[in-house]
Formats: sequence, structure tokens, C-alpha cells
Amino acid sequence: MSGENKIILEASGLKAQINGASILKGLDLCVRAGEIHAIMGKNGSGKSTFSKVVAGHPSYAVTDGKLEFLGEDLIELAPEERSKKGIFLGFQYPIEVPGVTNGAFLRLAYNSIQAARGGDELDPLEFDDFIQEKLRLLKMDSGFLDRSLNEGFSGGEKKRNEILQMAILEPKLAILDETDSGLDIDALRIVANGVNAIHSDDDAIVLVTHYQRLLNYIEPDFIHVMEGGKIIKTGTKELALELESKGYDWVVDEYKAKAA
Amino acid sequence: MSTALDSIVNQPYRAGFKTDIESDVVDKGLSEDVVRLISKKKNEPEWMLDFRLKAYRHWLTMKEPEWPNVKYPKIDYQDIIYYAAPKPKATKKSMDEVDPELLKTFDKLGVPLHERAALAGVAVDVVFDSVSVTTTYKEKLAEQGIIFCSFSEAVKDHPDLVKKYLGSVVPYTDNFYAALNSAVFTDGSFCFIPKGVKCPMDLSTYFRINTQDSGQFERTLIVAEEDAQVSYLEGCTAPQFDTNQLHAAVVELVALDRADIKYSTVQNWYAGDENGVGGIFNFVTKRGLCKGEKSKISWTQVETGSAVTWKYPSCILLGDNSIGEFYSVALTNHLQQADTGTKMVHIGKNTRSRIISKGISAGRSNNSYRGLVKVSPKAENARNYSQCDSMLIGQVCGAHTFPYLEVDNKSAIVEHEASTSKIGEEQLFYFASRGIDPEEAVSMIINGFVRDVFMHLPMEFAVEATKLLGLKLEGSVG
Repeated sequence: MSGENKIILEASGLKAQINGASILKGLDLCVRAGEIHAIMGKNGSGKSTFSKVVAGHPSYAVTDGKLEFLGEDLIELAPEERSKKGIFLGFQYPIEVPGVTNGAFLRLAYNSIQAARGGDELDPLEFDDFIQEKLRLLKMDSGFLDRSLNEGFSGGEKKRNEILQMAILEPKLAILDETDSGLDIDALRIVANGVNAIHSDDDAIVLVTHYQRLLNYIEPDFIHVMEGGKIIKTGTKELALELESKGYDWVVDEYKAKAA
Repeated sequence: MSTALDSIVNQPYRAGFKTDIESDVVDKGLSEDVVRLISKKKNEPEWMLDFRLKAYRHWLTMKEPEWPNVKYPKIDYQDIIYYAAPKPKATKKSMDEVDPELLKTFDKLGVPLHERAALAGVAVDVVFDSVSVTTTYKEKLAEQGIIFCSFSEAVKDHPDLVKKYLGSVVPYTDNFYAALNSAVFTDGSFCFIPKGVKCPMDLSTYFRINTQDSGQFERTLIVAEEDAQVSYLEGCTAPQFDTNQLHAAVVELVALDRADIKYSTVQNWYAGDENGVGGIFNFVTKRGLCKGEKSKISWTQVETGSAVTWKYPSCILLGDNSIGEFYSVALTNHLQQADTGTKMVHIGKNTRSRIISKGISAGRSNNSYRGLVKVSPKAENARNYSQCDSMLIGQVCGAHTFPYLEVDNKSAIVEHEASTSKIGEEQLFYFASRGIDPEEAVSMIINGFVRDVFMHLPMEFAVEATKLLGLKLEGSVG
């Protein structure tokens, strides 16, 4: 991937807190069109917080630094404004909503985003045609649309449903927060194939994950290691294999030695 | 609670205006004389006065119930107006003689009183404070032998039917408020569907309390004879006052062999302001008797108003193979309190009951479901299914479930399911991250939550109820 591609997301010196506790402590990251980034790190290193801060979760306050999407400051934007501009967050724990059918939810989401982009909104019949192909991509049958949103879905079904949403909303930036957790190997392959099929040179993907396993199927251009609310090391996909065999401590030690 | 959520759940009450109309009002207070005066004002026969006096004397021996999970200041029963009626211009023969102020009032409430403007296919009895001001489509219904009129008219014109069924499901000894109602009730609706007749339109009563400090004590009696069918709708609103008003109604339903009564309520009494000042105390006794075999009574209620709600629309399943249903949505906001649910009493063989209750609590409100399922020793093969779901909006509201199961027959199958969910920051964030703004998100989540109940409302009512929930829960996002 070339350095000349358009910058999709840029964070620099980003600090954020929740209930007064600092979680992000000066994070730098630049994501360009066409790229796939993986953010790895231990529990509590701030990976999930970073995804939520980019998507605009109201509990997190950005206290310092820059956060830009396609050159535009994100910090003051409401989460729904961010998603209308093309940011998508794949949830680690998708919310269950009894009584709201998955199909109705997907159509409302699609139409909200279409309206913001000046595209055509679809009525239920048109939407049904539109979504069939996306369902096939994720090997989901149309019975999914009639079920209540995420209610009683298995872990794998929930994650597939997240990627289905990504497929219909066509974001410029997709942040997938631990999309691989709770997936068996077959589901992992389906989800990964889906993500690969959706991804193009115009958009970028940030994978947040603990494990190297997912990266066998979705090949990242960059691997970042997060620790203490910062990215402390960036490498290529080989770094993931090294982390898998050696753990994170050596990266932290190396970083501390450099800082000292 | 986030500011977005806060502004969504705090909407003004749109039925809160007062009609300026000259009223005939009896002085505050309750005594045997007041009971006699009400009866006299209504030109009632002796037997009706007797019923009232017996009820009044019994009421004097009773204590206000304290078991509901609600708190409110002690009611001073001597500080209530027991009779308030808009002064009649003259005895009216048609709609054209109804006071234009009243026509305007009900137009504003979306209940047009002229038949030509009325909701297609719905006959309406309109009760304003203590009296019924008009009933539409009466003649048309009479062609099929259906009686639909105000309770006062029924006492005059159909005394035998009233005598036979009044108090047969809810005797005046039943409870404190039923006794009070039996003593001082002023009007209400009477419906009688004769043998084999399927009522061709929905019957409806619209209740409006207008006078400050007045109570409304109405009485509804619906009788469906063998193989008869009827769908009945009840709506209610009141102006905004900073004092509390008491509404203590009694509704009795009787279903004979294979009869089917569907009773739907959308209750939007004034709920008080955001600090809990004012609002209606809604203490209502509603009960249906499935007297005949294979009879069916179905209650559907959408409770959105009142400062305090205390009601349990119930079914006594006496006839073999009879069916009782209760579908309820209760919404409380601000400092509203609701203690509502049902009683299903299985007496006949192979009786079935189904309870679907959805409680929505917002603000600092408190919402309780209380339900009794009783299977008596002779009720072979009784079946009950109960589902009680609660939804919390914000952090400081309460939801409670009090199920009571009394099963005295081994062949019974009784199921109870309960769930609690909430609309909070995480839910709204999920929707927002898909481009859906908080207002639409709340509306979608709520509509999904109540779907199982709203599908049992008649079409026009479902639309009205959806709008009402919208009014109560939507607004500009601040």
C-alpha cells in the first residue's frame, strides 16, 4: 500500500477518559484508503476504548489531541453523524433488541445512511431484493431478517450480523472490535471472507483483536501494539506471528528501554 | 440519563386543556344525602337507590387498601365533588343539540361526535364529567337488537337487564373502590348484544373529566348473550390541574355460551407534572365473567396516563373451555406510579388463560405488574401462560413483578416468563453507530417492545396508541 493514498483516519496525541479515568494517553495512528490495520494488545490496553472513541461513544471524553476523518475534525460530532459520514463500528457485544426485527432495523439503518449521502431510500420490497446478495455473502438465510435484532443469536450469528450491517452500509472506515471472539473456525472463515469481499481500495479497515488467528484470513498491512493507552510498536503482519509465540511483554520492555 | 434520552421522554400533555362550560355541580362531600341527591338528579327508580345506599353503608365499614406498591397522600373523600354535569340547554334529540363547546372539546381530542364525521365503523358514547352527553349510531345498532346507550338510559329503558347483571361480576362488597363506585356512580355505558349477533361495529366510550376537584365514577356493563360478539374500546383524558382527581370506575363484562368480548382501553388521564403535582388517581375494578362454555373475554389495555394507576382487569373462567386473555402495556414517566396486572381465575374444565404484560418505566417512575393465576380444584386441564416484560428507560425508575400462582389441581399447566431490558446509553449508541438518531431509536425499540400487545388492538386504536406512546416518549433531541 502506498503512502500517497488518501488519509481516512488520523489520530495524533489522542487522549480520552471515562468517568475521569484516563484510558487513551496520546495515541497516534494514520490509516489510509485501501489499508487494513490490526490493533493488538493486552486486556485493558485501551483497544476497545479507541474504537468507541472513534465511533463517538458518549461516555468517553476526548481531552486532548487530534482525531480526524477524511480531514474533518470528529471530536464534536454525534455518533450518528459519524456513521452517516462513513464510520462503522462492529461491536464486540452487539445489543439485543426484542421485538424489533432484524430486517426492519437493517432497513432503517440503510435508509438513514442513504438519506445522509443523498442516495435512494428503499421500501421493504426493494430492500428485500437488495439484501439477498449480502445475505449470501455471509451465508445467512433470509430467516435472519424476521428474527428480533440479535435476540437469541449465537455468538457467531451476532458477529455475522455485524458484518452484514457493514456490507449494507458500505463504510469508508470499518473498525471491527474483537469480531473474532466467540467464533468457531467455520464462522471465522465466513466472516473473514465477507470482510475481504467488502473491502476495496477506497475504504480502510481497523481490526481490534487479541489473537493472530483472524489475521490468517484477513491479511493486515500494519500491526500495532497498544499498551497503556498508546500505540507502542508498529510492524507488518510478521509481527503478529511473533506476538503469538512470544507474548506482549518483550514489546513493552523494548518500549520502556527506548523511553528510558 | 443522557440529555438526548431525557428530552425524548419528557413531552407535554396535549389533552390538558379545560373546557369553559356551565356545570351543574353538587357541593363537595359524601353522605347518604349526596347519594340520594345523585339518584334523584338522575330520576332513578327505587331499586337503584337501594343498591346505592347498600353500597354506601357497606363502604363506610371498609378500609382503603394499602397493599398496592404505590404511595400517594391520603384521599379526603369529603373533599371531592361527586356530581358535575354540563348544564343541558334542553333535552337533546340529536347531535345538533349538543352544546357546541362540547363538540369543540371532543373534536380537539380527536373524537368527532357527529356521526358523519365519526370514525368509520365505531359507535361512541361520550361521558363528560358525570354524565353521558351523546351516543352515536344508537338507532343503527338497535336494528339488530343491540343496546348501546348511557348507563342512566339503561336504568330507565332496560331495568330488567340492568337489575339482572349489575353487580353480578363485581358486587358492591368486592373492594373499597367498587363499593364507593356502586354508591355514587353517575354514568357510563351499557352494551347488550343479543343471542347470535355479531356486533357490526366497534363500540366505544370516551371519558373526559373536566371539572377540577371532581371525581369520575362511571360504570360500564357489557353483556354478550349466546354466540354474540363485540369489540369495545375505551379512551380517557382530563385537563391539567395541580390537584389530584379520583377516578374509580367499575367495569363488568358477562359472556354467555360461546360469546366473545374484546375490551380495549387506551388510558391517557392527566399524569401530573414532572414533579408529581396533580394528575388522576385511577383506581378501577374491571372484571369479566366467562359464564358460558367456550366463552372468551380478552382485555387489552394501554395505560399511559394517571398519577397513580391501580387496576387489574380480570377474568373469571367459569364456563368449561372458556378463554381469558390480558394484554397490557403500562407506561410510567416522571413520578407516575402504576400497580397493574390481572387475575385469571380458572373454575371450569379445560379453561385457558394468557397474560402478556409489558411495563415501560421512565423518569423516576415506578411500574409494578401484579398478577394472580388461580386454578380451583375442579378446573381440570387448566392452562395458563404468562409473560411479563419490563423495560427501563434511564437509571432512576423502577420495575417490579409480583406474580401469584395458586394451583389446586394437579392437571394444570401454568407457565410464567419474565424479562427486564433497558434503553440506555449502550442501546442508543448501537443504533447511533448505524446512523439512527436517538429519537428514532427509542421509538423503534419501544414499538418493538409493545408489538405483541398492540397487535391485539383494533386497527384505529393501535394507530392512536402508537401515536400516544410516541407523544409520551419522543421529542426534539436537545
